[in-house]
Amino acid sequence: MTFTKTLITAAAALVVSGTALADLTIGVSLSLTGPASGLGIPIGNQIKLWPTSIAGEKLKVIVLDDATDPTNGVKNAKRFVTDDKVDIIMGSVATPVAIPMAAVAAEAETVQLAFSPVVLAPGKDNWTFRLPQSNSVMAHAMVGLMKKQGIKTVGFLGYTDAYGESWLKDFTAEAEKNGIKVIATERFARSDTSVTAQALKLTSANPDAMLIVASGSGAAMPHMAIVDRGYKGKIYQTHAAASRDLMRVGGKAVEGAYVVSGPAVIAEQLPDSHPSKKVAVEFVSQYEKAYGAGSRNQFAGHGYDAMLVMEKAVPMALKKAKPGTKEFRAALRDAFESMSRTVVAHGVLNWTKDDHWGFTNETGVMLKVVNGDWKVE
Amino acid sequence: MDLSIVGILLLDGITNGAVYALLGLATVLVFTVTRVIFIPQGEFVAYGALTLAIFQTGKVPGTVWLLLLMALLAAVMDVRLTWQHTRNVPKALKAGALTLLLPAVVAALSIWAAPRQFPLLVQALLTVGVVTAFGPLVYRVAYQSLADASSLTLLIVSVGVHFAMTGLGLLFFGAEGFRNPSFWDARFNLGPVAVTGQAVIIVGVSLALIGLLWQFFEHTLYGKALRATAVNRLGARLMGISSHAAGQSTFAMAALIGALSGLLIGPTTTVFYDSGFLIGLKGFVAAVIGGLHSYPVAAVGALFVGLVEAFGSFWASAFKEVIVFTLILPILVWRSMAGGHSEEH
Repeated sequence: MTFTKTLITAAAALVVSGTALADLTIGVSLSLTGPASGLGIPIGNQIKLWPTSIAGEKLKVIVLDDATDPTNGVKNAKRFVTDDKVDIIMGSVATPVAIPMAAVAAEAETVQLAFSPVVLAPGKDNWTFRLPQSNSVMAHAMVGLMKKQGIKTVGFLGYTDAYGESWLKDFTAEAEKNGIKVIATERFARSDTSVTAQALKLTSANPDAMLIVASGSGAAMPHMAIVDRGYKGKIYQTHAAASRDLMRVGGKAVEGAYVVSGPAVIAEQLPDSHPSKKVAVEFVSQYEKAYGAGSRNQFAGHGYDAMLVMEKAVPMALKKAKPGTKEFRAALRDAFESMSRTVVAHGVLNWTKDDHWGFTNETGVMLKVVNGDWKVE
Repeated sequence: MDLSIVGILLLDGITNGAVYALLGLATVLVFTVTRVIFIPQGEFVAYGALTLAIFQTGKVPGTVWLLLLMALLAAVMDVRLTWQHTRNVPKALKAGALTLLLPAVVAALSIWAAPRQFPLLVQALLTVGVVTAFGPLVYRVAYQSLADASSLTLLIVSVGVHFAMTGLGLLFFGAEGFRNPSFWDARFNLGPVAVTGQAVIIVGVSLALIGLLWQFFEHTLYGKALRATAVNRLGARLMGISSHAAGQSTFAMAALIGALSGLLIGPTTTVFYDSGFLIGLKGFVAAVIGGLHSYPVAAVGALFVGLVEAFGSFWASAFKEVIVFTLILPILVWRSMAGGHSEEH
């Protein structure tokens, strides 16, 4: 009796591990609720459009909500590596959540594809690859245009969080190289009901241009406050503001704003010479076919790019090992590091052993808001 | 820093402070009558602003469906309770129907009006109706059966209600923010300071509402009944004042104040589904300054919070929230040292 039981259990275990071996398992932690849900939900939408298999391997995608909470992100990541035995972890879309997840990924020797520009100490990112452009790549494009326009001084108004902080650091470095000075720095939070005081202080410093570091519809309020104070100079916004919410909320006030963006959201307007044009158009038409015209956004683009790099790397890794094994996870990392120049919807990736950011400087595109629409500058 | 900057900051601080004052008063009101520290007060602000924003797009706001759902739940609870007490089916059904009636009318009106794109003021009225109807239902569903529990239990329930309402807000309104059109586009120039029509409305409505509340509590029988409940629940009940009815009307007033605050700030900032919490929290700080029982001190405290916020943002914008919330510490110390501390349980 006990013997039969044992046999059945053993058989069941075999079956379970058998299916686990056959499938390629992806664990995705997304901020579907909480402050970063505006970023996480579009990626979730894009994941629904993913193919069901890569290179003949059936895909098993587990999506968990981390509620924009680092604790939940870590919990999800631990569940992925211990219970689900995933081959790759993706997420999170919020930087503060993605950072502690990187430690779990590194410990479990599993690749993490982050949907946010995670800054990690040197040596800590051996298993983490980023899909968004680093802020310095974006700052490169922005400072390029500022230099062309003859801007010498900049006022900074940014979020009091990691996103604002890292933009300040990267932008200042890039600007100083080009003889541009940041002469005033002010902070605000997304939930603030007023930034009048900050706008007042910035306009009294009277810089040639203002840089606003905020995301989504949150980027409109500080912009309007600065315009409200009668500021006549140029106003720049970062790639987190490159969504239609900026115009929806900001209306006429954001007219003439300069926004840096990845190429994905302005696919059709890209010059034919831009390497990402074809891929970006494919992404946009697929997404808008499923979710309606004008629904495109850069975050869904990261979800699209995740599949592109997987489709390139997985066949390389499959030559070395079977999914579900430690060897496969290591092979996947090696594949990411050695797959060289890869054109994705957001630009051109070139991950190497030493550079897990990877986007080249040809990535960032400057847009201008003209008549409530984007125009490539 | 010159005089014009001081003027602009003062105006900014007073405008925000006026909204905090309303929320602070609502917090004091709810606490004195029901002993509930009503953390979700801010959620009504977000619901108000966002419900109007959705009306503006010509759709039926999700809050309307939530209202119906909660009304149904409350009605079922009432039917069950009455049946348990009286074992009388018609009476029980009547109690349920009474609970259901008002929310159903408001919801039906909203569903009828939404696609017709009425003028802004009509939509604003509808919004106030929808959000106000939430008040008694929230009390009925979450608090009524716990009316005699300790303040701590009620506080824990409040935290739960807060999370539920924020989550539902995300579900109905989405993650992105909205900005409502201004009720009054005028601009007045007082020297170097430009006063917007919206700021005038905010301060005006706040003052009017504070006046009305004062009138209500001082000079009407029902207001006095609420005050009696606040002073001594048992005594009030012995005098024939229903503490459940008092609780429900208090929550209706709190929701009304929240909805109005939402309409007031909607045109001046981008409101997100979770924006209400921090605004409500600042109202709460004001209420704490008033010791959770004094309306005038709470109102003054709110103005103080608004001004500290404005000047704090000017001098050290990175530490603005730190400054505002650290304020509460010396005030708590001072209050616990000064006041003869009396806690009724």
